[in-house]
Amino acid sequence: MSILELRHLRKSFGKTEVLKDINLTMEKGQVLTLIGSSGSGKTTLLRCLNFLETPDSGEIIVNGENLLTGNVSEKELRRKRLHFGLVFQSFNLFPQYTALQNVMLAKQLMAKEQPDYASNKKAINEAIEYQAHELLKKMGLADRENNYPHQLSGGQCQRVAIARALALEPDILCFDEPTSALDPELTGEVLKVIKGLAETDTTMIIVTHEMSFAHDVSDIVVFMDNGYIVEQGTPSEVMDNPKEERTRKFLSHY
Amino acid sequence: MALILEQMPIVISSLNVGFLQTLKLFFVTLIGAAPLGLVIAFGSMSSFKPLSWLCKLIVWIIRGTPLMIQLLIIYYFPGLVFGTPVWGTGESGRFFAASVSFIFNYSCYFSEIYRGGIQSVPIGQEEAGLVLGMTKRQIFFKIKLLQMIKRIVPPMSNEIITLVKDTSLARIIALQEIIWAGQAFMKGSQGISGAIWPMFFTAIYYLIFSGILTVLLSRLESKLNYFR
Repeated sequence: MSILELRHLRKSFGKTEVLKDINLTMEKGQVLTLIGSSGSGKTTLLRCLNFLETPDSGEIIVNGENLLTGNVSEKELRRKRLHFGLVFQSFNLFPQYTALQNVMLAKQLMAKEQPDYASNKKAINEAIEYQAHELLKKMGLADRENNYPHQLSGGQCQRVAIARALALEPDILCFDEPTSALDPELTGEVLKVIKGLAETDTTMIIVTHEMSFAHDVSDIVVFMDNGYIVEQGTPSEVMDNPKEERTRKFLSHY
Repeated sequence: MALILEQMPIVISSLNVGFLQTLKLFFVTLIGAAPLGLVIAFGSMSSFKPLSWLCKLIVWIIRGTPLMIQLLIIYYFPGLVFGTPVWGTGESGRFFAASVSFIFNYSCYFSEIYRGGIQSVPIGQEEAGLVLGMTKRQIFFKIKLLQMIKRIVPPMSNEIITLVKDTSLARIIALQEIIWAGQAFMKGSQGISGAIWPMFFTAIYYLIFSGILTVLLSRLESKLNYFR
């Protein structure tokens, strides 16, 4: 069973159709990159997966379960959205919390809803803190965990944001242009972290303009234009030997 | 000079009584208007249009007319039109009416400050909370509230200092606050008349009180400076 399957996904904002019949499939452990010019619908697609936008029609099937089933309660929506994690272009760290607290917060709040929280409070919180330590260590930020976001560089902030998303162990981790707000040097350190995740078989969907990185890291490359998927396949199919004129034209800019 | 020294104890004790009334009105207004302002702020941001319009209309009327008129109308309207002075009689009745007027008035000003504060928290904060599976409630209390407070402390400080001095408007319905008490010695009271110096003392009470508030509020501001 595929970890993710999108069928006939459509989304309009007013009269503008932003996603037109999106179909794709990916397997567990794969890395899928979405490329295409601004306004092609890549970000909207990611936001639909994370339920920040509601698609007009179609199916989002995760591990065989269609998540788009009309109106659901907030609780149900929260459960569905946790299949996905999202790393934003502008990090969106919580400024009043340290790096460590940023990573722990959501999990701590969730733990409080567990029935055994009252009796296991100490053990649960210790486990959450241990996990957060480990994640930040993995991101190379062990010595930064007590810093506030404004005391960190952009690259460090983005790595905290990645740790924060990983803490909830999503099935699929999404990145929305994770390095667009960073200078080339900081871009490198973030891309390295993402590559590291790819090597440990983290399932990821990445919107990016870093073409050589996309070529390197992807199992599937999806080229979008004007709300359509123009072409999808392996990096060598889509990026080295594109079939469509539109894809060739886009890639020629890089 | 000797005369002033002789009259001093009488004046001071009278001003103290007036100042107590000023303080009471100040704190009652603050405690009442701070939460009511939040209710109005959420009302005016509501996606339910009639509620949002109603809140905006109220804010427009209250901010667009002098507090002094509101005091007079709120205090006298029930008695003059319905023949029932709902506020009760005497000083406690005047204080009640003044409190209601001040809370109403200040909650409208506060609501606009809150609204600005809430809307200035970037949308990305809410989205980050949502994708981390937080509820709207958790997002407000755990993420947005403190960022909002940080942003509203400077404009709120301004309003709070203004409130200290605005309490004196309540004398229009004869509330016996500190200026009323000081002015009595100009007109003649307890054997003292034509004395202007109690007015200077009155000003000093205001200065000291607003000075203390300024220090406290700027301390709060710098306490919130640990994040940006």
